[in-house]
Amino acid sequence: MLFPYIEELVKRGVLEVQEYVRLLSATFTAIFTPPHYKHDIIEQFDAIGVKSLTVVLLTGFFTGAVLALQSGLTLDEFGARPVVGRLVSASMIKELGPVLTGLMLCGRIGSGIAAELGSMVVTDQINALRALGTDPIRKLVVPRVLAGVFMAPVLTVISDFVGIIGGWMVARFQLQVASGLYWSSILKALYMQDLWMGLVKPFALGFVIVTVACHVGLRTSGGTQGVGKATTVAVVAGSVGVIAMDFFVTRILISLLYP
Amino acid sequence: MTAEEVLNERGAPVVVFDHVKLAFDEKVILQDVSFTLIGGHTKIFLGASGAGKSTILKIIVGLLRADAGVVWVNGERVDQLTEHEMMRVRAHLGMVFQEGALFDSLTVKENVGYKLYEETDMPLDAIDARVREVLGFIGLGEHIDKMPSELSGGQRRRVAIARAMAAKPKILLYDEPTTGLDPITATTVDDEIIKLRDLENVSSIVVTHQLRDAFYLATHTAVRENGVVRIVEAEESKAREAEFIMIKDGYLVFEGDADDLRNSKDEYLRTFLS
Repeated sequence: MLFPYIEELVKRGVLEVQEYVRLLSATFTAIFTPPHYKHDIIEQFDAIGVKSLTVVLLTGFFTGAVLALQSGLTLDEFGARPVVGRLVSASMIKELGPVLTGLMLCGRIGSGIAAELGSMVVTDQINALRALGTDPIRKLVVPRVLAGVFMAPVLTVISDFVGIIGGWMVARFQLQVASGLYWSSILKALYMQDLWMGLVKPFALGFVIVTVACHVGLRTSGGTQGVGKATTVAVVAGSVGVIAMDFFVTRILISLLYP
Repeated sequence: MTAEEVLNERGAPVVVFDHVKLAFDEKVILQDVSFTLIGGHTKIFLGASGAGKSTILKIIVGLLRADAGVVWVNGERVDQLTEHEMMRVRAHLGMVFQEGALFDSLTVKENVGYKLYEETDMPLDAIDARVREVLGFIGLGEHIDKMPSELSGGQRRRVAIARAMAAKPKILLYDEPTTGLDPITATTVDDEIIKLRDLENVSSIVVTHQLRDAFYLATHTAVRENGVVRIVEAEESKAREAEFIMIKDGYLVFEGDADDLRNSKDEYLRTFLS
């Protein structure tokens, strides 16, 4: 009874992985060969990058603030309240900035991409694109992948910065840490390895978010219900992908940057 | 003579299906389908819903690949071409999808001129002129800047026809062009198909289960007199250029003109036509 069900589950899983890898292969080929739809690339940089600014600013700010709030209490026990700046900046730059920005982007752009592409699939617009001589990968997927990969690091840096500002506000006005002490503790403990880690990760996370969303969107079936399901799957799978990718990239970077 | 010259001659076969078979997992859609579309002629596919009519169109345009058999389109073996190679075949094809499949984030102008704007090097003002020309042809010039959501169902179908014909294809494929439309709007859409066929010499394949429209297409023709286009009843020789094909359970069960269809003694056909 159970075996056919498990067999079906495994087959479907393997098929999804196969199709995902085929999408990645087609996307890489399309990125490095013409034609390129420059207008669409610029549009997506705006849609994915510029329009995600508000959510990233808010996320970063409150994350940094709550980090300072929580850590301030603990550091107090060791008489180490002045180093709250170092703790906030190291956490934001190495982990929280990339991961939380990734999760916010997954919710915002991942769902949007899956819904948009899914709607195009169920209304035959993707077939219409192909019939009109346009490769949907080049027209729809490549601009989104490029925008996701290159805007995620930019947004992460902005998130890190406002997070540190949020931490400063809590440190200055709640924890009564002098501003000069806060900022100097950050600068003293800012290591190049941490910066590299914080800048390399968002490229991988942005890639995962957008490729998973495109894959799920383009494989939508079943009308409007299918589009709703695809949106949910894109966010859930994208979020899990962000967390998992974070682990693997961190593991690789630690072995490379901290020999 | 080159292959291109042969194909451009009147009476050349522009689409050939030879023992084509297609199945989705265990469900066989097309069992053994063979037919030839002659240049300038019309093929009208009839059949119940799910009979495989739309599948034939998708195989021609390369959206689906046949499991067996040979498919020629404009002299190219499309059953052997990659997706990239299919693009050059699609340059001479136009397809009108069920419900239109207009790009809902683009205006009517951007939809109609899509192929010319995105896939050709035509100057922008030449494309604009061509878009206005085709919209004028279908009588929707004043809607040029509207979004598809602002149009009625019939208007969307007609814009879809305009989009398919903008790049001057040699073959136009229509997938249920009048399904779901009221009779007056359906006749308007039929008139556009007839005008394209007779005034622009486009070969057509029409998939439909609307018998009224199928017979209308077969028995009427477009004539241009003093710059005015009229739709009139076709002479017998012209009517013979429209052939009907009935698909049932993946097989071709009938192939012939309107008279042959009306006079057929086949039980399934008589039930379908009643």
